[in-house]
Amino acid sequence: MNRAAEGTLLQVEHLSMRFGGLLAVDDVSFEARTGEITGVIGPNGAGKTTVFNCLTGFYKPTHGRLSLHRDGEVYLLEQMEGHKIAQDARVARTFQNIRLFPRMSVLENLMVAQHNRLMVASGYTFLGLFGAPSYLRAEREALDLCRYWLDRIGLTEFADDQAGSLPYGGQRRLEIARAMCTQPVLLCLDEPAAGLNPRESGELSELLVAIRDGAGSDGQKIGVLLIEHDMSVVMRISDHVVVLDYGRKISDGSAEEVRGDPNVIRAYLGEEEDEELPPEVVADLTQHGGETRP
Amino acid sequence: MAATTLPGAREDSPLVALLKDAGIAAAIAFLLALPLMGFQTLDSGTTVDLQYRFHWVAIATVGVFFGRIVFTLLYRRAGAARSKAPGIVGQGMARVGEGLGRFLVPAFILFALILPFLPFADRREIDLATYVLIYVMLGWGLNIVVGLAGLLDLGYVAFYAIGAYSYALLAKTFGFSFWLCLPLAGILAAFLGILLGFPVLRLRGDYLAIVTLGFGEIIRVILVNWQPVTGGPNGISGVPRPTFFGLPFTNDPAEGETAFHEFFNLDFASLHRFVFLYYVILALVLVTNAVTLRLRKMPIGRAWEALREDEIACRSLGINPTNTKLTAFAIGAMFGGFAGSFFATRQGFISPESFTFIESAVILAIVVLGGMGSQAGVVVATLFLVLLPELAREFAQFRMLIFGAAMVLIMVWRPQGLLAHRAPTVSLGPGSGGSR
Repeated sequence: MNRAAEGTLLQVEHLSMRFGGLLAVDDVSFEARTGEITGVIGPNGAGKTTVFNCLTGFYKPTHGRLSLHRDGEVYLLEQMEGHKIAQDARVARTFQNIRLFPRMSVLENLMVAQHNRLMVASGYTFLGLFGAPSYLRAEREALDLCRYWLDRIGLTEFADDQAGSLPYGGQRRLEIARAMCTQPVLLCLDEPAAGLNPRESGELSELLVAIRDGAGSDGQKIGVLLIEHDMSVVMRISDHVVVLDYGRKISDGSAEEVRGDPNVIRAYLGEEEDEELPPEVVADLTQHGGETRP
Repeated sequence: MAATTLPGAREDSPLVALLKDAGIAAAIAFLLALPLMGFQTLDSGTTVDLQYRFHWVAIATVGVFFGRIVFTLLYRRAGAARSKAPGIVGQGMARVGEGLGRFLVPAFILFALILPFLPFADRREIDLATYVLIYVMLGWGLNIVVGLAGLLDLGYVAFYAIGAYSYALLAKTFGFSFWLCLPLAGILAAFLGILLGFPVLRLRGDYLAIVTLGFGEIIRVILVNWQPVTGGPNGISGVPRPTFFGLPFTNDPAEGETAFHEFFNLDFASLHRFVFLYYVILALVLVTNAVTLRLRKMPIGRAWEALREDEIACRSLGINPTNTKLTAFAIGAMFGGFAGSFFATRQGFISPESFTFIESAVILAIVVLGGMGSQAGVVVATLFLVLLPELAREFAQFRMLIFGAAMVLIMVWRPQGLLAHRAPTVSLGPGSGGSR
């Protein structure tokens, strides 16, 4: 694992995921670095979300190695339980279809994200039950972190409202803030701009850049992994883009490079039609005296 | 039914439609009442005679006819009001409930504290209040599992039974006192909760419900069949009664013992024991409530509720779902165990009869009817589900009819439970804020 270059945060090596007869992810390798936003793009069904689900422990990959480098230690994500990945390796994620705790308040959503820290501080509930000062202090700190993020995403005045009653854009932002409250080193966002209007996705871009550059309360730069269909967002803020198509990686590089890559253009726009027609069809067309195509 | 007309059929005037609808309902009632109410078998020694009660059928039919008219008119009016202001009515009610709660809860606790000294309170009332409080405690225990953690448990009575039997066996075999047995019974129930939880908690929803239902039955079947230990269907009698810190409540204490009334220079009255039992369960209930309310504001309590809302999101935030569910299960079971051991000492006699599935169903109904996760809701629902049938005993066979009708009405009017309002466990107070 020492092959990892300085600054490498996540290393995906030869990742494959098979569902019965379907090879959803086929031998994909890429890297994500601290202080960078890595965009993962591709047409529908390219396997982007499957890669995320492997990374965050929801699927066990069929093949491959997922290693996360944090503080000089290496965590092999493919061998860890789902909740341990968030707890120990500190990988946080959001979901394509928002998964908040809808009947809990906005503030509670952010408090739940700090569960593990507060559990330890409350002496696994026993000390907290009797109001130990150390727990009260930890709770105050947790609330400060919540307040910071509420302020950051502009939801302070809705802190006591039910999360499910927020407008869609607010729910998206709250989910990101909730993931950030786990104090991750890698934040995986699954289509965070889906359903947002242009102004909102502009604000989102700014928020993601700020998160990358250490907007978390401890000021540490972190890595961001971003699945997105909104090209204006991806191309503007990604430091590095990985393109998937039918489960394979077809391109990898800076936003500029990827934009000009013929493989990517073909995946998104299809091949040019002339090349598509087999020779016998062309022959057939000319033979039958139809109008010859220019 | 009143509003639906067949396509092509002539539009009836509202009055005719109403009468038609009521007529159909009355016809159905007649068909049902004829076999169910029209005949009664009379056991006259050797043969069985039939008695005809057609006047009953007539009463039922006429009653349904007019009842349907009244119901339809009321329902129409309610429907009109609801469509005018959707949501606002419910919100307003929740707000009224909240305001009332602030005022009612202390009043309720005060009432419970002075109940035995109120002029109308005699043995029967105090005993009934004790009985109700047992169910409040069970409801609060199950509320942790079902209401907060969202785990549908249909076998809760198993933990109640374990508590009762462990108290009875420990007290009879080893002569432990009530106050020693109580925590032991709770720990034992919690332990069995964890034991059951380990293999079972990866299941969700309906599947979990089925397995817990099975667990409840297994425990009951074990109690029936493990004759040498549990006494089988005969149960255990002569379970030691509680003592007031070593002072027994008896008219003729054993050699060398001082009875309660002798120690306090009172005349002997069997009422003393009932009042004492009442205060014991009241204390247990208040402790249960205090602990639950406190737990709800702890990280573990919030994790329970988060788990109820979305298990996948919980996992992505680093919450261990298995451990979190296990703690909910164990703590719920522990309170069930406490209630069970109190039940044993109150009854003095326990048998598997007391721990059938219907008990689980009643406790679950209390939680659901009260509004999942609502502590005050459990109390209101218990008053309704336990106290009402007891008070309605005079109505004999109509008791369950009233009960059923009331239940249907509640489910029509408040399907989310009686008190479904949920207050956040934490808020950004002015200044530093905190969970209080």
